[in-house]
Amino acid sequence: MNGVAWGGIYALIALGYTMVYGVLKLINFAHGEVYMVGAMTGYYAAHWLGVAGAPSLTGLVLTLGASMIACALLAALIERVAYRPLRSAPRLAPLITAIGVSLLLQNLGQIVFGADPKFFPTLIESRNVFEMGGLSVSNVQLTVLGTALALMAGLELVVMRTRFGRAIRAVSFDAPAAALMGVPVDRVILGTFVVGAMLAAAAGVLVGLTNPKIEPLMGVLPGLKAFVAAVLGGIGNIPGAMVGGILLGVIETLVSGYLSSTYRDAIAFVLLIVILLYRPTGLFGVSQTEKV
Amino acid sequence: MSRSGWITVAACALVLLALDVLLPRVLNPYYATIVIRIGIAVIAAVSLQLVNGFTGQFSIGHAGFMAVGAYVSAAFSVYVGAGWLEAFAAVLPGPLARVAYYPMALAAGGVAAAVAGLVVGIPALRLRGDYLAIATLGFAEVIRIAILNVDAVGGARGFSVAAADHPGADLRFEGFGTVYAVALVTIVVISRLVYSSGGLSFRAVREDEVAAASIGVPATRVKVEAFVVASFFAGVAGALFAHSEGYVHTNSFAFLRSFELVVFVVLGGLGSITGAVLAAAVLTAAPELLRGLGEWRMVLYSLLLIVTMLVRPQGLLGTRELGFDWLRRRLG
Repeated sequence: MNGVAWGGIYALIALGYTMVYGVLKLINFAHGEVYMVGAMTGYYAAHWLGVAGAPSLTGLVLTLGASMIACALLAALIERVAYRPLRSAPRLAPLITAIGVSLLLQNLGQIVFGADPKFFPTLIESRNVFEMGGLSVSNVQLTVLGTALALMAGLELVVMRTRFGRAIRAVSFDAPAAALMGVPVDRVILGTFVVGAMLAAAAGVLVGLTNPKIEPLMGVLPGLKAFVAAVLGGIGNIPGAMVGGILLGVIETLVSGYLSSTYRDAIAFVLLIVILLYRPTGLFGVSQTEKV
Repeated sequence: MSRSGWITVAACALVLLALDVLLPRVLNPYYATIVIRIGIAVIAAVSLQLVNGFTGQFSIGHAGFMAVGAYVSAAFSVYVGAGWLEAFAAVLPGPLARVAYYPMALAAGGVAAAVAGLVVGIPALRLRGDYLAIATLGFAEVIRIAILNVDAVGGARGFSVAAADHPGADLRFEGFGTVYAVALVTIVVISRLVYSSGGLSFRAVREDEVAAASIGVPATRVKVEAFVVASFFAGVAGALFAHSEGYVHTNSFAFLRSFELVVFVVLGGLGSITGAVLAAAVLTAAPELLRGLGEWRMVLYSLLLIVTMLVRPQGLLGTRELGFDWLRRRLG
């Protein structure tokens, strides 16, 4: 069950990777750090809003909202400064700035937030709501999963039913053609970054609920694994990222439970390699024929 | 290589000899370590340039092969080599015994990494573009975690390059000469490789794989060759790292290290050997030179990286090379 909760978190981060890759063909390596900033601002927001001491649902919603807004602004700033000027540059240039931004946020994070781990305030009183055999489900896990699923459903709605969503799909299908049809490509890309960052921020707050220890380097490994999850589902493919995230969370937990926890981190990458070799475009990917 | 090329090599060799004699006398150990690390970074960066810059494949897992080289050569030295070194030292004077021994330790690391490169490369190089990048990243992490679980090389405790049962064999070295001689060999071999007529096939694959294949360039074979050669030198760099630090830990070869190498290559200019050398040297020295800034040092370093990339998206040198030919053209 813990695996499913982690899976929801991976899925939320993976969505940001996959959406940005969809519109820009860019692996946004700074995305894991946005998730870290999400957890950190969640921590400060909870204290500042005074909801840290008194667990309540409104407290959780307020914290989520605050950290999502903060990360949306951050992502807009990153996109504007580090990625947009390189739109016509060689494809590897923005990848390097992405690595640069990632390093910058990690190190700035250590100065601004302090390098020591912090403990995320309890926003929900933990108790087991369901127990059967070896399986126990806590309300925290349910909240995490519920919130993650709600956000994903919201995203699906935005992408499939709104003008903005249609614009995202148009840009990821064929950006120059979309521009010719009057889609404001730059604004759509900015919007994609913002939406992705909001989901990552939510993931940061949710992770604070299940694993309260947060620190400035916490984004590195989950960021990388969420990226694996995105590839697992077929990068650029939104439902694929959701399924890939949850699958990865479950498999990881099963492996650390039944085999050995030292292999927990390895399994994600082994899985990645197997998937890439047998189905390079991911579980839901459509392979593209190369035109000469 | 042109005549001026050989002059460059000879000049470098001379400078090297002078440095090997001079540097240990004038530099304190801290700076000496940095100078050695720069040499190692240069080797790794130039080898990655062959894959990423000249063959147009995109590997972000190069540190994995450094790890293989470092650990295999360290294990070789500790479990086998220490006895040999002792035997050499019994018949040869100290420095000469080490000169006789090091090529073996380095070759062990290099060959092991090349084999790993072959094993990884054959399946991975069927993939293209970003998928290849992701696969190399995955392989590097798997290699790292696998090493972490091998008890014979210390597992999570790290591995000390010292043989307890052979006190007479000092496996560590501090010489600049060794590192920079290897760096020189790497640069010469790789530039001879890519700027020869046979090396055109690397660049042909980079420019257009399909077109290259259609005129008879065995594209997959060329890619695997580039990958294996690059892995060999990465392994040698890892071996040098293990023997100069005297201690290896898998943390030194995490994906941050791979990213760093990619940064060297892209920042220096994809397809420029001298660019990779320059970027590796500057970016290895920069965090140390900025040490006075305390905790702001890495912040400034990353800002520097972002700004350089924004100002020069094609890298510092683009695809040009620095050298006598370039100087002559400049000076007219």
